[in-house]
Order: sequence, then C-alpha cells, then structure tokens
Amino acid sequence: MPSSTPPPITKRAVVDRYFLEHRAKAIDLAAFFDRVDRAQGDGADDFRVKALEACCRVLLDGKPERARRVLELLSDHTTEPIAKASTKGATGAMGGV
Amino acid sequence: MYIDPHVHMVSRTTDDYQRMALAGCVAITEPAFWAGYDRSSPQGFFDYFRQLTDFEPKRAAQYGIRHHTWLCINPKEAEDPVFAKEVIKLIPQFLKCESVLGIGEIGLNKNSRNELEILDAHLTLAAEHNLLVLVHTPHLEDKLKGTKLIMDAIRNHARLDPSRVLIDHVEEHTVRHVLDRGFWAGMTLYPDTKCTPQRAVDIFEMHGTERLWINSAGDWGQSDPLAVPKTQIEMKARGHTLESVRKVSFDNPLQFLSQSGRFRIA
Repeated sequence: MPSSTPPPITKRAVVDRYFLEHRAKAIDLAAFFDRVDRAQGDGADDFRVKALEACCRVLLDGKPERARRVLELLSDHTTEPIAKASTKGATGAMGGV
Repeated sequence: MYIDPHVHMVSRTTDDYQRMALAGCVAITEPAFWAGYDRSSPQGFFDYFRQLTDFEPKRAAQYGIRHHTWLCINPKEAEDPVFAKEVIKLIPQFLKCESVLGIGEIGLNKNSRNELEILDAHLTLAAEHNLLVLVHTPHLEDKLKGTKLIMDAIRNHARLDPSRVLIDHVEEHTVRHVLDRGFWAGMTLYPDTKCTPQRAVDIFEMHGTERLWINSAGDWGQSDPLAVPKTQIEMKARGHTLESVRKVSFDNPLQFLSQSGRFRIA
C-alpha cells in the first residue's frame, strides 16, 4: 500500500491558496462550452466535447479520486496493440466516451 | 539543489542552462527523443548521438551542471522497423562514453505492433549490456493502455530488474500500476499535459515518495526547464519538510541513476 500522507496544510488553507486559480479554470471551461454553442457549423456533438461533459459529471459525483477517474474516462481501455500507427498525435479523448 | 533527470537540452538555449544553474540544478540527464520531424537517415541519429555525448556535456559544464544521456530511437520514429533497427545498431559504439547511463527514452507512442517490436529490440540491447532503462509512456488517451503493454513487454525480459527501470510520465491513473510492479516512476511537469507541479505534489501525498521522481522534460514544445524548482516551491508552500523536498528532487534521482555506476553530480 502507498505511504499516503495528507497535505500538511488545512482544508481552509487549500481553499485559500487554490480557489482563484480554479475559479478561473471553471470559467474557462464554461466559456469553452459557450464558444462551441455560439460557433457555426457542426461540432457540438464532437466526441471531445461529449468527453468533457462526462468529465464534469465526475467532478460533481462526490466520490474520491476524481483526477484518476477523469483520466480513466478519457483513456483507451482496449488491450491489444493496433496494427499500425497512422498518426503520431493523440486527441485527448476516446470517440466512444 | 536539484537534479533534473529528464530534459531535452538540445532544444533549449544556453540561457536556460544559466537559469537552471541559478535555480540550483547540479546535474541533468537527457534522453534521446523525437526532433519534431522524422530523420531521413540513420546517419542523422549518429550525429544526434555525437551531440548528446560530446557537445551538450561541454555546454552544460560551463554552468557547473553535469550532463548525462540515454540513447535510443524514440517510439515516434519506430513505425518503420527496418529503419529503427539500423539506428539501434549505432548505439553500442556510444556505450563506452562515460556520460551514457542507459537506453532511453524508449517505449510506445500509439501502441502499435511495430512500436512494440522496436521496444523489444531496445530492451534486448539493455539486457545484453546490463544497462538502466528510461521509458516513455504514451500521450493522453493512449497512456493507460501503453503503460500496461510496456510493463508486460519488460516482464518478458527476465534479465531486466524492474528496480533498474524508470517508467516516466506517470499520472494519477498510471502511477499505482507502475509502483506496484516494482518499477521506478517519473512525473513530468508540463503546463497543459502530463502533471502540473500542484498535481505532482498531490501524487506524492497520495502515493508516498518512494521510487518517484520529478522532471521538466523541457523540449521544443510548451515546457518549462524550471519546473522542478517550481515544484520544490509548491511543496514548501504546502508545509512539506525540506527533507521531503530534497528526497524527490535530489535523493531519489541520485539513488536510481547511481545504479549506472556513471552518474556524477557537479
């Protein structure tokens, strides 16, 4: 088992230290969804947008280890190697999320 | 004082060496990696290996930083196995260089069969020469699957001791898998992908500080060669002891890298 240790600082100190940084990230995420809504053409049902919506549900489910579970949500869970790499890049989400 | 055990200084300016030295960097290790384009010939890698083993140590030494390196063909260029094996044939002649610590950063990128074949060829080379191994794990959605495939591939080489293999770029969903199988794990501190300094410290708090290190992996993309000292600051700000800060940013990399018999600090 890992030798887990809680942060030496208090919950209140964690909020004091990080709230504004994450307030900004929450607004950025909201603005991203708004930007997709306002833009023209296709894309609102893009798998990456749907993946972010699914991530938001994880954030609010009240269960622990949200970061690990969000990363798992965005991961490829197949187990066999692919036949050949057709690109070098990654998209950041799976199409089936 | 700190060690940055994974940084691609061929892509950084001499000013970065100076800033790292001012922030307390005393030693670095530089794995071979992808240049942002595919080399057109194995000879391109020969010249790159000369740069890593000859030129960069001299550039780093101007600022009191000891430079070491790892050699390989990066998984991003492993989709052509014939080409990749020609490059691997070049590596043994560089192993006599005192600054070469092992084979790296090898691993997978898109988790393809060709990448696995070249990973296996690298692992064979490391086992034959009793070298340390530094492993790159894939990006984003490919990381979890790739990390598991890589660990299975290493397990097929009985001569490779997991305590002499570091699996890099772990995040919250892979760190436990890596540590539980006896490997060392590295956290890469990037602005947008991989770990932020805050998340790296979270991982220390959740998983302990044994067999874990931090690195900037500074390269030609969005990255920060001062990410390790910034993580030291984050740990201190949360109230972690100076001993803990030193352990993850100096003692742990020193412990792992010293297994090579070649690692030195300035």
